[in-house]
Amino acid sequence: MTTTQDIHEPTFLAGDEFSIPTFRLLKQDGTLHEGAKAPDLEHDKALAIYRAMVATRVLDERMLAAQRQGRLSFYMQCTGEEAAVIGATAALDDADMIMAQYREQGALVYRGFTFDEFMNQLFGNELDYGKGRQMPIHYGSRKLHYMTISSPLATQIPQATGYAYGQKLAGEGHCTTVFFGEGAASEGDFHAALNMAAVHEVPVIFFCRNNGYAISTPSIEQFAADGVAPRAFGYRMHVIRVDGNDILAVYSAAREARRLAVEHNQPVLIEAMSYRLAAHSSSDDPSGYRSKKEEEAWREKDPILRMQRWLIDLGWWSEDEEKALQESLRREVLETMKRAEKRPPPPLDSLVTDVYADVPPELQRQLDALKTHIRHYPEAYPKGARSLDPDVQAGDDVAAKGGE
Amino acid sequence: MPTMNLLQAINNALDIAMGEDDKVLCFGEDVGSFGGVFRATSHLQEKYGRARCFNTPLVEQGIIGFANGLAAQGSVPVAEIQFADYIFPAFDQIVNETAKFRYRSGDLFNVGGLTIRAPYGGGISGGHYHSQSPEAYFTHTPGLKIVVPRDPYQAKGLLLASIRDPDPVIFFEPKRLYRAAVGEVPEEDYQLPIGEAEVTKEGTDVTLVGWGAQMEVIERAVELAEKDGISCEVIDLRTLLPWDQDSVAESVFKTGRLVVTHEAPRTGGFAGEIAAAIQERCFLYLESPIARVTGLDTPFPLTLEKEYLPDHLKIVEAIRASVNF
Repeated sequence: MTTTQDIHEPTFLAGDEFSIPTFRLLKQDGTLHEGAKAPDLEHDKALAIYRAMVATRVLDERMLAAQRQGRLSFYMQCTGEEAAVIGATAALDDADMIMAQYREQGALVYRGFTFDEFMNQLFGNELDYGKGRQMPIHYGSRKLHYMTISSPLATQIPQATGYAYGQKLAGEGHCTTVFFGEGAASEGDFHAALNMAAVHEVPVIFFCRNNGYAISTPSIEQFAADGVAPRAFGYRMHVIRVDGNDILAVYSAAREARRLAVEHNQPVLIEAMSYRLAAHSSSDDPSGYRSKKEEEAWREKDPILRMQRWLIDLGWWSEDEEKALQESLRREVLETMKRAEKRPPPPLDSLVTDVYADVPPELQRQLDALKTHIRHYPEAYPKGARSLDPDVQAGDDVAAKGGE
Repeated sequence: MPTMNLLQAINNALDIAMGEDDKVLCFGEDVGSFGGVFRATSHLQEKYGRARCFNTPLVEQGIIGFANGLAAQGSVPVAEIQFADYIFPAFDQIVNETAKFRYRSGDLFNVGGLTIRAPYGGGISGGHYHSQSPEAYFTHTPGLKIVVPRDPYQAKGLLLASIRDPDPVIFFEPKRLYRAAVGEVPEEDYQLPIGEAEVTKEGTDVTLVGWGAQMEVIERAVELAEKDGISCEVIDLRTLLPWDQDSVAESVFKTGRLVVTHEAPRTGGFAGEIAAAIQERCFLYLESPIARVTGLDTPFPLTLEKEYLPDHLKIVEAIRASVNF
């Protein structure tokens, strides 16, 4: 029901009445904007955020290179959006749920997902929590409260509303943050999710990474409105637009959003303005749809460099520390990659488990028939044939921890 | 005759259809100036303008709902769903709207002009969501036509026929073959019939039925079987709905044996429908049980994709089992 005043002339509203400002704290040179106040961010936490941003960047660079060398089938980079993802994650309680789209590996890095864990998923080996069933970058971690990635876009948004409603009922003071791109926000699922969250007063933070492109489609072909943020009004929801390359602004906005969500059961929409500096994925080549000049302009707004300058100004970071960090991360990526590559694939039986809680009889028959077939042609199915031989069992103490 | 890969043949068919009829429109995610993520719509926007070839927002239910409306208005939309795995947000529009538009209005309105193009199938390390063959969800829906080409020549002729067909068509493109399948394709306009299977190889001992990318796999299996002295007849169904029962039955009357293969999971897969219909018509002629060589009843895997897929070795084993029954 609407409760507004009556008018007696057909006066239309064009929507331009809504003008959403952008929240910024940190300038590219690492100093604060005039009148801006840095959030309360202690030394250790600031460095944890920064290290996670750098680690994400290094991981992305090395794994894209590995994909180009043919060692990996597919990869997706977070490059340029590290502040948006990690700033939002750092503002949460570590036990809050994160439902990501697919470009949010920085959230996992921040929460302590190890490079070994990343590599096991990327190479789909026997230690991958997802049992080698999904394409690279489809990470998930129950212990880190990070829902396993699903490729179909926007499906996680209404799920986040439901998950957070459950958290509200559980009464343990947790919320859910759901990440998605400005492209995914066009899906019907986005609209359903926001409406239900507002109606049912759900502690969920909708975090839109507006990075300018949905594969090749620029945001001007995605929506006619001023970004995604104005849609919040239609659902009567709190909203803020933030400079997504400004770690301090993202962190401040997300922290306040979490307060609204957890203390007042108010869903919040955050639109972080950023830029996908890398290709959509290793299968994409952006030179077909955008200019190097445009990319260069955004490269100058690098969120990592911006935070680094702020840290150096505070005396919390130095170029020597930077160099040491980069070197140790690169070494760690290479070492963990080599380890993961050598590990065998998941066993053949994992093909049929987890379809249901228990393997149904007909599926068991299908597996048995497959085993008979593979025994007949072992050389044609090296991965499957490997685990038919009971002597070949790659034991590893990390394996025992799996699935966490 | 020029040589084209499957993508070029599709692009060429779209070009001919748009050139001939101003009412033909091509749209979908990244379809505009970029020409689609697989480049099936390359240069069409340059040639026919942004009003007729364009990017849509990222919303499949919107794409097909919009296309239904356009088709009802009399336009001829060719809507692209970027991967068949992502067609499901549009399931309601396709199953409840596209398929029933003509019937429910007593033919006052129809969306016969609509063609939905979607790349389908595995073998590209695409995991759950870039590999599926969802044809059977749609073959269970009267009112739709389902067409799947096996090579560039078929793709062009069948796509032109689909666009001009008086009924809505879902055109599933075997993406594994987009660049891998290359063949001679006439430059000029031609159509291949919808609803008619094609006997691609004659034989006497066993009939093999498939469609799309699976035809190439059947071919490899047949080469092995023929070395054993087994004479195989091969049928490309080409259209799954309505499917050409007569051609398959006629072949099975002759061979007495049938092997059907598809990548999709076995239970509820279209091979089941073929097996049921053929045993009804050919019961007394059958020398062995009709065999299905399919994916397993699991989501499409990644690391164990090779083990999952109904490859030529599994098909040749089924042929041998059928002949030696």
